[in-house]
Amino acid sequence: MKNIKKIKIKINGKLSIIQHNTTLYSYLKKLKVPLKKVAIELNQEIVNKKHLKKIKLKKNDKIEIVHFIGGG
Amino acid sequence: MKDQLKIANKKFNSRLIVGTGKYKNMTECAKAVKFSGAEIVTVAVRRVNIIDKSKPLLMDYLDPKKITYLPNTAGCFNSKDALRTLRLAREIGGWKLVKLEVLGDKKTLYPDMIETLTSTKILTKEGFKVMVYCTDDPLMAKKLEDVGASAIMPLAAPIGSGLGIQNKINIQIIRNQTKLPVIIDAGLGQASDAVIAMELGCDGVLVNTAIAKAKDPFQMALAFKNSVIAGRQSYISGRMEKSLLGKPSSPIKGII
Repeated sequence: MKNIKKIKIKINGKLSIIQHNTTLYSYLKKLKVPLKKVAIELNQEIVNKKHLKKIKLKKNDKIEIVHFIGGG
Repeated sequence: MKDQLKIANKKFNSRLIVGTGKYKNMTECAKAVKFSGAEIVTVAVRRVNIIDKSKPLLMDYLDPKKITYLPNTAGCFNSKDALRTLRLAREIGGWKLVKLEVLGDKKTLYPDMIETLTSTKILTKEGFKVMVYCTDDPLMAKKLEDVGASAIMPLAAPIGSGLGIQNKINIQIIRNQTKLPVIIDAGLGQASDAVIAMELGCDGVLVNTAIAKAKDPFQMALAFKNSVIAGRQSYISGRMEKSLLGKPSSPIKGII
């Protein structure tokens, strides 16, 4: 069987090990992120949610997922 | 004609904006918002908890279709972070009406007006409608207006201090010099503070801690709702002239 390459990425400051070539869409789906209620940044650039399926995650990518919480 | 609050061409019946922070839980927050009658609530932008998904989401308690979310930049100490936060906020769901607050000092939570002014200019160019938390300095307020702010939001006193309006004169100068809505943001402690703000001619008030940290947040939310209405009515009614001496309320003529 072919060896599946694993890569390290960071999501909201936490280390995560995922399969190489995973799309951002499938990764976020796996994490059950409610896509309609969040904004996503990849390496400090805002990601257009329409393009999630086209983006393949690379080594050392930094993802930020934010949403609204209570505040003054 | 209806007396409505107009911000960036949007009209609101309530002149009270409430914050959604510092509540015991989301249920308490949502109930207090309901009591307050507010049509705009401020919200913060923070990281999603990826690990614990059982945490309730604000949007499940306060429907953004029914109430206007006003994303803030709380916790930002420079323009770069504030811009990043609001660009993300816009991405969540197309929000353009935002509250900018760039803090300059961790102890007083006073706004850094130089960073605030820079940010207002950039955000306005990007199409944001920026409601700006600022000091009660009339010159800075004017500069904010010049770079395209949608509302001027001077502090009454430091955030969360509950000290009430400290500089009525400056607030009045700011009110009189601008065409923009002036909304008192931060530092109010009790309902009467809101009456004072509205009687000074302010267009609205923004309250969080005074409601969230009251012993009974729901009654306090209601008190603020009523005080904002009372203060506004008092202001538009035009108060009587002041006199140093007494003037009898009953006629002198016909005294027996």
